[in-house]
This record gives sequence, structure tokens and C-alpha cells, in this order.
Amino acid sequence: MTAPTDLLARPAEPRPAGPGAGRRTRRASGTLIVGCVLTGLVALLALVSFLWLPFSPDDTTGGRLAGPGEGHLLGTDKLGRDLFTQLMTGARIAFGAGLGSVAVAALIGVTLGVLAAFAQGWLDDTLSAFLDILIAFPTLLLAMLVVAARSATLGSAVLAIGLAQSAVVARLVRILVKRVLTQDYITAARTSGTSWPRTVAAHVLPNIWPTLVVNLALQFGLAVLAEAGLSYLGLGAPPPNASWGRMLQEAQATFTTAPAGALAPGVLLVLLVIGVNLIADGLRDVLDPATRGRRS
Amino acid sequence: MARYLLRRFAFLVVSLALASVVLFVLLRLLPGDPANALSAVGASPEQIAAARHSIGSDRPLPEQFTHWIGQLAGGDLGTSFVSSLPVGPEVTARLNVTVPLTLAAFVLAVLIAVPAGFVAAHKRRTWYGALLSGVSQLGIAVPVFWLGMILIAVFALNAGWLPSGGFPQDGWAAPADAVRSLVLPVVTIALVMSASLIRYVRSATLDVLGSDYLRTARALGESFGTAMWRHGLRNASVPVISILGIELASTLLGAVVVESVYALPGLGSLLATGISQHDYPVIQGVLFVSTLAVLLIGFLADLVQRIVDPRLRGRLSGGAR
Repeated sequence: MTAPTDLLARPAEPRPAGPGAGRRTRRASGTLIVGCVLTGLVALLALVSFLWLPFSPDDTTGGRLAGPGEGHLLGTDKLGRDLFTQLMTGARIAFGAGLGSVAVAALIGVTLGVLAAFAQGWLDDTLSAFLDILIAFPTLLLAMLVVAARSATLGSAVLAIGLAQSAVVARLVRILVKRVLTQDYITAARTSGTSWPRTVAAHVLPNIWPTLVVNLALQFGLAVLAEAGLSYLGLGAPPPNASWGRMLQEAQATFTTAPAGALAPGVLLVLLVIGVNLIADGLRDVLDPATRGRRS
Repeated sequence: MARYLLRRFAFLVVSLALASVVLFVLLRLLPGDPANALSAVGASPEQIAAARHSIGSDRPLPEQFTHWIGQLAGGDLGTSFVSSLPVGPEVTARLNVTVPLTLAAFVLAVLIAVPAGFVAAHKRRTWYGALLSGVSQLGIAVPVFWLGMILIAVFALNAGWLPSGGFPQDGWAAPADAVRSLVLPVVTIALVMSASLIRYVRSATLDVLGSDYLRTARALGESFGTAMWRHGLRNASVPVISILGIELASTLLGAVVVESVYALPGLGSLLATGISQHDYPVIQGVLFVSTLAVLLIGFLADLVQRIVDPRLRGRLSGGAR
């Protein structure tokens, strides 16, 4: 039964085969390019913020809730801080949250998933039931538990989101590895005397890599959203760090009087997440010939 | 079927038992002492010890666990460390907000996503088919709380049609007010949920549209509508049902952010408060009830899947493997 695996990895954007099949690669790389451009723009904001900022992040001389223009590209927040400056430093946090969480999720998820794939019988049933339950709990809630136990810092948020996501990664890896393990080349490797750890490293991981990378790209987007959600609830990076989620929370009360502050961080969040999702879609078509073959 | 029901039910009970052990142990592993959170700042060690004794957290873990399980068996979710009120009625009161919120959002999301996903697949070469796919691509990238903020700004603050948040004090005693205060939250959750559902429905529909059995049915002279109805719907619904189960379960608790945006007294916000106060009975109570709900939904989803797809018979759980 392959459908749930695909569903876990988010449905592909399957394109019907036929006379236009050759066009597929071009369209796929189009997706990839648009995704890279969007993500790249936000990444540029984050990178430039390390070298140059229009204002100091805690410069409150701008006058409160100033509109766009007037020396401030997007205006100022309720404390008089430059909005664009905060957006730039917020981009760092978004990338940090995304990359960090995915690293944690990949490390734990792949290890657990590979181990679970080797489990048999009741142990296998129990493990997968456990993962199912864990997955049914929203990332944000598991993250709230971890953040509550530690303190509200970016590190806690990253660790928490990564832990919550590792269940999803583990389940996907388990299914993928199980499928690979039934292949003849695994039997061949084992019969020729290759040890299990070596088989996993040399044959299993390279074969699940394409699907895994696509899923990790999707997890990056979800992690960025989850961090924004945590910050919105006041459980993310503490002030004075400008997380987009916290910026939105602070601007909520003044939405109608100063809409820029309540819109700009949201727009950047959406651009970044769409960007990485498009990269994931593009990568799926480029990296994963199996998906293409099956869909055709 | 009866035998399957029995096995699947046993599986549910075992999972619940396992989950409650894991829940209990994990909570106790978290650093932070509830007695500290309870006591005033600068409380003496004796006062903290007294607080610890009064809530029973000085007793050995196995004893605390059996005590909790004993209570659960009697239908008692325990007593809050902080408010000293029983957790059960509090959870019930919150469920009165969260369950209607979740179910209404779920139904609305399905009503939007199933037709939209079908059209997005069937009419993928038309501009509106492509538009639908694009909108759902956009929708999965929108943070749910931001959508909530925008809806509040447009429909509550500007137009003044609906309340911007809160829930009537006397709850469902004033049904009209209660419904009005849930409209925006329901729409918020439904829009975000349907964005991802559309992709699953679209993908499932595309699989069916490219299938041999549909082509055969058409070749045998069935109209597109009849062929889709008799063969397509059933096949397309199998993967969608398992996703629906997961979505429903995670919305039940995932509503926490939306509840926060709209200041709704729901289950999610109870949990958030419980977590911030280290109030173990509240956290345990909420998580136990939600685990039960998650497992029951999974149970139902599996049952429906088996009814829809006879090929799944012989498997214990249709969704995950």
C-alpha cells in the first residue's frame, strides 16, 4: 500500500504522462527556480542583516507607529523601532528555526525510523502505533510542553519543534526503509557478507534519500510556521529578538491604525514557506524518478 | 467483521493504556517542580515541602501512577494543583467550546476541499483548476493566527458584523451569541485545513483519473459521472479518509492558537494554562481525554476505510502501513 506514504510526504503534484511528458522536467525546474528565488530573497534579508541594518534593532527614536516613508521604509512599531530592521533580524530567526528543527528532526527521525524498520511482530506494531499517536498530537502542542519545561528561548523552540517533527520523519523513514529492505539488492549485499550497518549506509540510506530530502524541505516550512506560532503565543525567542510571530502578536492590537506591522511579517512568512514548499515540489520531480515512474 | 472489531478494540485499549503510562512518565521527567510553581516567591523549604505533600508529589512515582489510574477508572480526572477544582468538569466545559468549533470547521473544510480538490484535478488544464491549486498552495503557507488576525480586522473591526473574540459567559445558554462568536474561528480553521485537504483530494482524484479501471468503465460505455460515482469515488476516498482522521484529531488540540487569537475558552487554552502553571492533573487530564479522542477517531477512520475498501480486510489498521 503505497498511498499513505505519498500522503505523508505530501501529495506530489503528479502530471499525467503522454505527449507532453517531456515538458514535465521544464515545468519542474520552473517550480524549483521560483521556489529558490522566493527563499533566496528571504535568505538575502537574513544574510544582509548580519552585515548591515537600516537602524539599530533597539533604536526607538523613530516615533511610535509611524507610517511607511518618513525615513522608515515600512514605518515603526509601537515602541518606535524600525519595522524593516525587525523584519531583517526576524528572517535570521526564521531560518535558524527552520534549519535547526530540521536538523534535530532528521537526526532523531532517521535513527528511530531505521531501527523501527528492523523491528518485527508486536514490537513493530507497538512502535508504529506509538508514532501514530505522537503524530496525531500537533507539533505546536508537543513544542509547548518542551518549552514549558525549559525556558522560552529560540533553542527550546528549535529543540521542541525538531522533536515533534522527528515522529513524522521516523514514520516516513520506517515505511521507506521497509520497502527498500525487500529489494533483491539488499539480499545480494547481505549474502555477499556485508554487515547490517554497512548495508544501511551503502544501500538503504542512498535509496530513501530523495523522498527524505523532499519531506525535510516540507518540514522546514512547517517548522518556520510552528516557530512563528510559538512566538505568537509568547513561547518563542524572548524580546528583544524580533521573531515574525511575536511581531504579529504585538501588532495585532493596532491592526487597523498601523496595518504595515500586522501585514509585513505575515507576508514574509508566507513567501518563505511557499518558497521552500515549491523547492520541495521541484526537488521531488527532479530527484525522485520513482515518483515520476509510478505516476506515469 | 465482529472478530476484527474485537481485535481493533483491544488494540485501542492497549494503546490507551500505553499512552497513559508514557504520558505520566514523560510529564514526571520534565524538569520543574509543581510545588515551586504553587508556592509564593521566597517560600521556605518547609512551605514547599508542605505544598509538595498536599498535592502528593512527594510520594513514589508508582504510587502516584496507581492513584491516578484508580481515579481514571472511576471517571475522575483528578483535582487541579492550582485551583483545587476538579479537572473533569473543567475539561467538559472546555469541550463545549472546542468540540463544536472543531466539528464545524472540519465539516466546512470537507465541504470546501472535496469539490475544490476534485475540480483542481479534473479541470487542471483550465485557468480555474490551476487557480484552485495555486490558492491551496498559498493556503498551506499562511500561518493560521495571521489569517485569524486578518479576518478579525476585516469582518469584526472594519465591517463590525461579528465579534472579534471571546465567548459568552453563560456559554450555550445564549445560542445565537455563542454561534456568532464561533463563526470567525470556524472559518479560520476551515480555510487553513481545506488548503492542505485540497492537495490530498486532488492527488487522490488524479490517481483515479489515470487508472485503468476508470478507462475500462468508460470504454464499456459508462458516462464519466457514473464511472466516477461507481468506481472513482470509492477508490479516491480511501487515502483521503485516513488523512481526514489525522486532520480531525490534530485540529481538536491544534485549535490552541486559534483559541488564543479569538480568546476562546477551549481545551487548547486550558492545556496552555496548565502547562505554564505546571499543573500536572490538568495537563494529564486534557492530554488523556485528547489521546482517547485521537484513538477513537483513528478507530472510526479505520472502520470507515474497511467498509469503503474491502481490500484492507486482513489488516489491523488501514491507515499507516
